[in-house]
Amino acid sequence: MTATATPEAPAEVDLGGEARSRRADWGFRALVTAAGLTVLAVLGLILITTSLRASPAFQDEGLIGFVTGTRWAPNDDVFGTFPMLYGTLVTSVIAMLIAVPVSIGIALFITEVAHRRSRKYIVTVIDLLATVPSVVFGLVAVLVVVPAITPAYQWFADLVAPVPGLNAIFDDTNTGRNYFTASLVLAIMAIPIITSIAREVFATVPETDKQAAYALGATRWEMVKGAILPHSFGGLVGASMLGLGRAMGETIAVALVIGGATSMSANLFAPGNTMAAIIAQQWGESSGLHQDALIAIGVELFAITVIINFLARVVVRRAEIKMKGAHS
Amino acid sequence: MKLNRRAIFGGITAGTLALGLAACGGGGSDEEGGSGDLATGEINASGASFPDAFYAAAIEAYADVNPDLMVTYNATGSGTGKSEFGEGLNDFAGTDSLVGDDDGVEAGSFQYIPTVAAPITISYNLPGVDALQLPQDVLAGIFAGTITTWNDATIAEANPDATLPDTAISLAVRSDGSGTTTNFSKFLEASAPEVWTLGSGDTIEWPANAIAGEKNTGVAQIIQDTEGAIGYVDLADATESKLVTASIENAEGAFIAPSLEGATAALDGAQVEADLSYNPLNAAGAEAYPITAPTYILIRTEYDDPNVAAGVKEFVNYLLTDGQALATENGYAALPTSLQEQAIEALNATIAD
Repeated sequence: MTATATPEAPAEVDLGGEARSRRADWGFRALVTAAGLTVLAVLGLILITTSLRASPAFQDEGLIGFVTGTRWAPNDDVFGTFPMLYGTLVTSVIAMLIAVPVSIGIALFITEVAHRRSRKYIVTVIDLLATVPSVVFGLVAVLVVVPAITPAYQWFADLVAPVPGLNAIFDDTNTGRNYFTASLVLAIMAIPIITSIAREVFATVPETDKQAAYALGATRWEMVKGAILPHSFGGLVGASMLGLGRAMGETIAVALVIGGATSMSANLFAPGNTMAAIIAQQWGESSGLHQDALIAIGVELFAITVIINFLARVVVRRAEIKMKGAHS
Repeated sequence: MKLNRRAIFGGITAGTLALGLAACGGGGSDEEGGSGDLATGEINASGASFPDAFYAAAIEAYADVNPDLMVTYNATGSGTGKSEFGEGLNDFAGTDSLVGDDDGVEAGSFQYIPTVAAPITISYNLPGVDALQLPQDVLAGIFAGTITTWNDATIAEANPDATLPDTAISLAVRSDGSGTTTNFSKFLEASAPEVWTLGSGDTIEWPANAIAGEKNTGVAQIIQDTEGAIGYVDLADATESKLVTASIENAEGAFIAPSLEGATAALDGAQVEADLSYNPLNAAGAEAYPITAPTYILIRTEYDDPNVAAGVKEFVNYLLTDGQALATENGYAALPTSLQEQAIEALNATIAD
């Protein structure tokens, strides 16, 4: 008696709530679909309106001329954005070269080396760093770092002066407002983002993989190299891409320290500009075609971000096949 | 898109205006008694950041004179101010530059009202050199990038008493489009046309030794932390940052240090056009400081709302009369009497009672 009654009871509960939960299910589906579509709609509308506003500038210069032109002269209605594109790519790439290894190091430290008790505090500090507004980083950089770092730059330029190649990249300077300072600021801003995702990624590595590596006699580093990194490669590229996105789109902190020159220089210690920064700098007093050209830079930045994300996805897919193939 | 923005903005303005009127209509004007015909409501203005400190002080002071008139001035920059004026989004606009063809402002729809002027200093950072005299063609040469070290013969010739180091010159310039840049480049263009070939405008293609900073404060910051830097900064910010300023050769060959008196002297010597635009750059007068920048307010020739028209007239009239006393203490030069009278006349002619 009791044995047959027990399975019936939960069945009854299920039956009673079925109509309501189906309605709830439908409502939930509609709600999240709407939320998903909103993102698409907003993105689409942004793309349409900015492209429309930007079209006079694209028409004036030609699409290729706008992207590859090296002269930005609003007074002559000449709008070539290559120096800014160059600045964006150079600062972002250097920022990534600094931030990615550091972040992976921090994440490995937190997950593999640090004591469980201190781990909590380190994570909190890193997460706090992510919440600092970018303008604060910019102000610290321009008020503290820039005046102090100029002699260090000149010292380094003198040091590498006899080395061909390097002496063109690190040339004489008398200002701390340059590509390199901007890259440093971007790196510091990207580190918390990359670190926290890398940490999550490392946490997904199966404990059995790690124990298996140890069982085979691997040292801790060999375990990291053999078990953790191959398993996490895709996630790490994703983390770096988020950091790169942050670096490429960062506006105000870069605008403060990059020096605002609309020329290009191979010298990383020379002032330059980035796409996001020039929009912020010149928007207020712009009008007519100049303003259209600034919006067009926004469209260009958007397009480049999409292309880079797409490339990253291809890289991840290929590398994952290769890495997992090699280890299975 | 444009239509929507205007409609929404208009709606908000109308709403707050109605609220303001409803709130103030009863009490305020009755209590005032004798001056019962003071305007009420809300005036929205936007534009140049250069005169912002003066306008902000005047708005604050005027709130005591007529608390029923709410004036807001949004320092968006001259360009944005003018385009918002063209779209009907503000009640008056502040601008450092004259209205051009592609500013979005219809010819004949506005009247220039000059308000104040201010000297643009040439400030520099060169330890051991406390005084510097710059002839006009040398100044142009420095900013054109043809003179690149401080011990250049042309600088030394004008400053026989100074010990000039061989430090490289860095130009501190504006990264944002700016009326200050427009006025400075116009001065260079007018004073040394053979040397200065980079044209004039709110952005300039500066030579490679230029470092750009945002707004006057950003340029002042660059001069402070870069040895060998020279840049153009308005007097208020140069004084605030304790920058060393150079004396500049004026139209009559005298070297004048930047000061408000020098600016007022330049306004006195300037030729005023029929539309009240005037050019105090390189103006005549032995005492005139040559790099003096004007700033204007654009008022509409026709206002849809008589209340707004009355409010604009009342406030701008205050700027031109009692408000002028606030100019000096905020780092601006007041208008000379003749220009002040012409401005008031133009205001009265444009907005009838």
